[in-house]
Amino acid sequence: MARPLINIPKRVKRGDAFEIRVLISHPMESGQRRDEVGKVVPRDIINSFFCTYGGEEVFRAELFPAISANPYFAFSARAVETGLITLSWTDDQGVSGFETVEITVE
Amino acid sequence: MLSRRLLLAGATLLPLAPGHASATPADVAAAIQALTKGAPLHPGRVKLDIPLLVENGNAVAMTVAVADPLPPAERVLSLHVFAQANPLPNVIHAFFGPRSAAPRLSTRIRLATSQTVIAVAACADGTFWTDNIELLVTLAACIDEI
Amino acid sequence: MRLATALALCLLATPTLAQPRSGYDDSGPQVRAMQDDDTANPAFLWVQQGETLWSTPAGTAQKSCADCHGPATTLRGAAARYPTYDLTRRRPLALAQRINACRTDHPAAPALPPESDALLGLTAYVALQSRGLPLAVDPTGPNAPFVEAGKTFFTTRQGQLNMSCANCHEDRAGHRLGGALIPEGHANGYPEYRLEWQKIGSFPRRLRACLTGVRAEPLPPDSPEATSLELYLAVRARGLKVETPAVRP
Repeated sequence: MARPLINIPKRVKRGDAFEIRVLISHPMESGQRRDEVGKVVPRDIINSFFCTYGGEEVFRAELFPAISANPYFAFSARAVETGLITLSWTDDQGVSGFETVEITVE
Repeated sequence: MLSRRLLLAGATLLPLAPGHASATPADVAAAIQALTKGAPLHPGRVKLDIPLLVENGNAVAMTVAVADPLPPAERVLSLHVFAQANPLPNVIHAFFGPRSAAPRLSTRIRLATSQTVIAVAACADGTFWTDNIELLVTLAACIDEI
Repeated sequence: MRLATALALCLLATPTLAQPRSGYDDSGPQVRAMQDDDTANPAFLWVQQGETLWSTPAGTAQKSCADCHGPATTLRGAAARYPTYDLTRRRPLALAQRINACRTDHPAAPALPPESDALLGLTAYVALQSRGLPLAVDPTGPNAPFVEAGKTFFTTRQGQLNMSCANCHEDRAGHRLGGALIPEGHANGYPEYRLEWQKIGSFPRRLRACLTGVRAEPLPPDSPEATSLELYLAVRARGLKVETPAVRP
């Protein structure tokens, strides 16, 4: 699968809120569609998503087939310390993604 | 001429027909009940932002948020979204941890048809707050199967 | 000869649309917002792949696009001139076909399959370099007979429903089909992300859906008729800017 698009500012002032935007490549097959011969296309979606910052949880979500293909999430975090932001997700097949971004807090 | 129009009109209905059941308001109520365990739902605090007229149900921009800062004892732990007429009632359950700056999430969701979408916020003091939007979904006419 | 020239001049002088209107303006605010934000436009997942491919060596000569072209920014303006006539192959090529021609000719790499993520990504990445530039396809010279062929295809009724492209996209542009607004059918944003497809896709893919929609035989991949049509559409859309990668319903 293609690499996700992640948008996080590189440097943030201490105490400020900053936006984290992720766009992940995944068909999010809902399990509702049928193929050309009428067979149901089996469900395969990203079902969980986690974001941590400096080891602490920022955001966590349980996803369902109602989330669009190529899921997009935008949420905010508080700039506390220079450190690592991790983004991870798993789909119904057990395939998981993991990305890290370094952020500098001044 | 009439048959051509019927054929084209029929094309819009076919993709909804595959024979799967749709969720009902009762399913959504049950899902909310599982979350609140019977605690009352207060209207307010949480705001669900979705356009009222959705031109295509495949990727509908949605923001769910509790805007006003709350004292720590009442802070928002999680936001939950439900759809009353999608095949399944749950849309997303979002949890906000210690490093979150605000209980707000923007994402894109799928809506099968015109319906009511409901958001529930769970706060640290055990209270639950809700907002809902009734929207119209118009679907693309020429749906390609390839 | 004079008659042919006069006819050709007539074709060029009378635009079929006084002021072409992009599908962007016919899309709702949500779709436009997705197109305007590169961080939220799902097409960029493929553009990113294209960017990687640009610098990836390929073929027996192990050369990458970058080895000959340098940075992709050197191709600014190129996509705005496509489709255009290729002297070697003696027919117009669309941008994706030109990319494959480059690949097979120079590093002698296998052509990327039509509608593959790799080809869509690379085409979108190259076309992105021309985003915002006005379409500048040359309707004269060797392109002229193919523009004419494309116009004929556009205005000829076909399929069981016996409808031509013009029946919807000119006669009824701005009206509704089911719940959807009928756009003028310009191809200035391809490869584009269609919410319908839940992925990025090419103009020939869109054309296949239209043809099966009127119950006509869809054109095979890389067909010259599709390229002539795309060439005619680019001439018809003169005045519009390249919007790749567009987002459409």
